[in-house]
Amino acid sequence: MCLGVPGQIIEILDPQLNTALIAVSGVRRQVNLTCVITEGVQPSALVGSWVLVHVGFAMSLIDEDEANKTLQLLAELDELKDALQPLQ
Amino acid sequence: MTPVEQKETAMQYVDEFRDPALAKSLLKQIARVAAQISRPANRPLQIMEVCGGHTHAIFRYGIEQLLPPNIELVHGPGCPVCVLPMGRVDDCIAIAEQPDLILATFGDAMRVPGSKKSLLQAKAEGCDIRIVYSPMDALELARQNPLKRVVFFGLGFETTMPSTALTLLQAEQEGLSNFYLFSNHITIIPTLRAMLEEPDMSIDGFLGPGHVSMVIGEAPYDFIASEFNRPLVISGFEPLDMLQSLLMVLQQISRGEARIENQYRRIVNSAGNDPAQRAVEAVFELREHFEWRGLGSIDHSGVRIRERFARFDAEREFALPNQSIVDPAECQCGEVLKGQLKPVNCRLFGKTCTPDKPMGALMVSSEGACAAYFKYGAPQLIATAGGEG
Ligand code: SF4
Repeated sequence: MCLGVPGQIIEILDPQLNTALIAVSGVRRQVNLTCVITEGVQPSALVGSWVLVHVGFAMSLIDEDEANKTLQLLAELDELKDALQPLQ
Repeated sequence: MTPVEQKETAMQYVDEFRDPALAKSLLKQIARVAAQISRPANRPLQIMEVCGGHTHAIFRYGIEQLLPPNIELVHGPGCPVCVLPMGRVDDCIAIAEQPDLILATFGDAMRVPGSKKSLLQAKAEGCDIRIVYSPMDALELARQNPLKRVVFFGLGFETTMPSTALTLLQAEQEGLSNFYLFSNHITIIPTLRAMLEEPDMSIDGFLGPGHVSMVIGEAPYDFIASEFNRPLVISGFEPLDMLQSLLMVLQQISRGEARIENQYRRIVNSAGNDPAQRAVEAVFELREHFEWRGLGSIDHSGVRIRERFARFDAEREFALPNQSIVDPAECQCGEVLKGQLKPVNCRLFGKTCTPDKPMGALMVSSEGACAAYFKYGAPQLIATAGGEG
């Protein structure tokens, strides 16, 4: 519950609701971007960025290197399967 | 195994680390700084990792066995599933037993024992309990089932609190009338204060929770340094992060300093996450007190839904038993949480209390100290404790 899952934003679904589609290890899932949108910035500017997702909400922007390290950590902690399963 | 053999086996783990050379160098520095700190021989330095995610990683990577003998890691109360009191689980089951109702919960909460049963057992008995990944999934259940009441079992520290708050704001915007929240969200700061105020408090420094801090920032921890003269370093979750954070804590202690530092700057902004804080502020207010399993009632340590959102509040909608159930007398979770007892020294450990049949809170999730010891703990320790694992 503490670690979150990194995902890459691939498409903005609803710019009013701040929802987007992200991809994590090939799995796609809808997430909410409210917590990573800075005022005055269009959500579309975030397409391609990596985010750290906790329970369906992107909580922090991260770089790709950080995303890969976190995915590896989750795999080593035997948590990646658990983290991905509810996304499917 | 002798301590030397134990250490050698543990050192093999280091080769699994992303950068073994850096890990070894950090361990060397840790040993050097720890040796400079003078202590009575029977009183090791106690460093508490607050977050359950850190606890899990510490055990998974055998970090404790790599440290010099005068450092002891104390596994703190930062696993929201573990500290959920039995009375709240009972309340949740009372909600789930209502007709035409769907209870939506994170999977982690399913096995937490209530005074009579867990949610898993309630589901087996026919209650409509659905495991969701996100509170937004619970909202979707409410949209799809307009004739049923849908209750989301909100759980967690500040990491998940904003998600629940934003979901409630969305429910309000859509005018949904069949969605409810049962808030069991808790906040770690008052609990750290309560622990520090205990007269027998022996913790010398803290590793701060990475993702709670990502939301709340650095400032809420200031009192730990200014009032209680203890250092806290906000830490990432990789083994190398934790070793570096530990070194930063020890360096402060050896220099006689107490400051709040942030090792996890790549994720944690010193002011925290503003949209998340605003959502939490809009929806929640502090309760007078909240009950923690193993620690008892702690002032201002839980949040409830503000009056403005009363119609979404499961506590107002349902007549709940709302009973405080004391932990079984033999459980020693409280002493373990405060660092006064190692999990293996609890009289129930591995005997009547196991991950399959947890008696106490810390055996419930892999982020709880007892379950982590049971799964990864040094086997010889478990053997001396007479466990069956
Ligand atoms: S072994 Fe069980 S009862 Fe004892 S401290 Fe751990 S969780 Fe609590």
